[in-house]
Amino acid sequence: METLQLLQLGEHGWGDQLLSGLWVTLRLALTSLPIGLALGFLVATVLMSRNRALKSLAIAYTTTLRGLPELLTLFIIYHGAGLLLRQVLNWINPDIGYVELSPFVAGVVALSLVFAAYSAEVIRGAWQALDKGQIEAAQAYGFSPWLVFRRIELPQIWRIALPGLGNLWINLIKDTALVSVIALNDLMRMAGIAVGATKQPFTFYLTVCLMYWLVCLSFEVLLGRAEKRASRGLKTLGGH
Amino acid sequence: MISLALEYSDKLLMGMWVTLQLTLIPVLLAACFALPLAVLRRKPNLWVQAPIRLFVSFFRGTPLLAQLFLVYYGSGQFREELSALGLWWFFREPIYCALLAFTLNSTAYQIEIMRGGLQSVNVGEIEAGLACGMTPLTLHRRIILPNAYRIAFPALGNEVILMLKGGAVASVITILDIMGHTRRAFSQTFDINIYFIAAILYLLITTLFVLFWRTLEGRLNHHLNRPEQRTVIAARGVTAVN
Repeated sequence: METLQLLQLGEHGWGDQLLSGLWVTLRLALTSLPIGLALGFLVATVLMSRNRALKSLAIAYTTTLRGLPELLTLFIIYHGAGLLLRQVLNWINPDIGYVELSPFVAGVVALSLVFAAYSAEVIRGAWQALDKGQIEAAQAYGFSPWLVFRRIELPQIWRIALPGLGNLWINLIKDTALVSVIALNDLMRMAGIAVGATKQPFTFYLTVCLMYWLVCLSFEVLLGRAEKRASRGLKTLGGH
Repeated sequence: MISLALEYSDKLLMGMWVTLQLTLIPVLLAACFALPLAVLRRKPNLWVQAPIRLFVSFFRGTPLLAQLFLVYYGSGQFREELSALGLWWFFREPIYCALLAFTLNSTAYQIEIMRGGLQSVNVGEIEAGLACGMTPLTLHRRIILPNAYRIAFPALGNEVILMLKGGAVASVITILDIMGHTRRAFSQTFDINIYFIAAILYLLITTLFVLFWRTLEGRLNHHLNRPEQRTVIAARGVTAVN
């Protein structure tokens, strides 16, 4: 009963604080997703291009960011980009004084960069798995390159890449917890604040774990449906 | 940057040692637990399957940082009970808590990897073993497990790298691994280069490990690409060109 009181909404419980933290966590993940995905597509295009210099740059990008701990990437962005921003702004206007990159922006930048590195590899794999004959057929019909991409390539890249991208999305949600370390008021940090006030660490960290779990499970269900929908045009053996 | 690296070299080396411990001990312990659990996970009995599935889903569906906090800070809530059981010395130490949390986490991931490996073993080979009159133990030892490990091998290597990278969160509970020493050095010098040195160290470890794992994989699959087979393929290639 005591535990339930601690977690209730309103003045006496920490429920609304935790929910506001969850909202920050979700906003962080949902902002990083489109940016990371767009960047991932761009990097995948470069990985597939014939330009050697650009290609090795893209390979360096994906290998480095996939090899670094996400926490380290976050710190490099938070402190490094903050430093850079400060120098640039001070150069433009010396009176501007002290500026700091907001933890939310640093989190979005770091998480998008990591998501882009991983998703570029997934998208490239899907792109290479496409049936060349279909593209040739479309070209024979006089499709413009953009139409080939939109009608033939994109729907199939989407279908093949979706399971991989889904895993990355779940990882992205879990990685948002790291941003609590640079003082963003996300779910993880709100729990830390609640623990500081109530001295009930197990209760709160278990609640937070269950909240993350629930979010991940819901997205897994949604992804399962999306995968079914994406492969609705696919012929399967034995009518399954 | 080089002078900075030299200045902190012994600390970073100590950090590297801690990082390696935080990676290898959990992964190896988890490997011991994951195999029997993966075998049980494939039993049709729901009472056996359900708890394992729940365990796997929980540890794969929550952030490692949250799991670490649950073990390290969460155990504080039961301090009296744990002291009474004589276990408090364990939960008091950040390093033991990190090892415990990482082992649980890696066990969950490795159960899924091994399940996939066990599932992919060729049914014909198992039937052949049964037809030879192998007992379940011999069947596992001679046919199922060698094949399952061979199939799961690349995924297990990925899991080691994930643990190496994920293990950096241990620095948040004051453990001085590479990340911990780096953060401390940054707070003293405010020199961003220290983070780049850490990045190089992590990349170095991952690269060396990938090369090592590939060599092992080559050894493991040695029988699959014997030289005479290669010549056959090469010969076919020549005919195709002609």
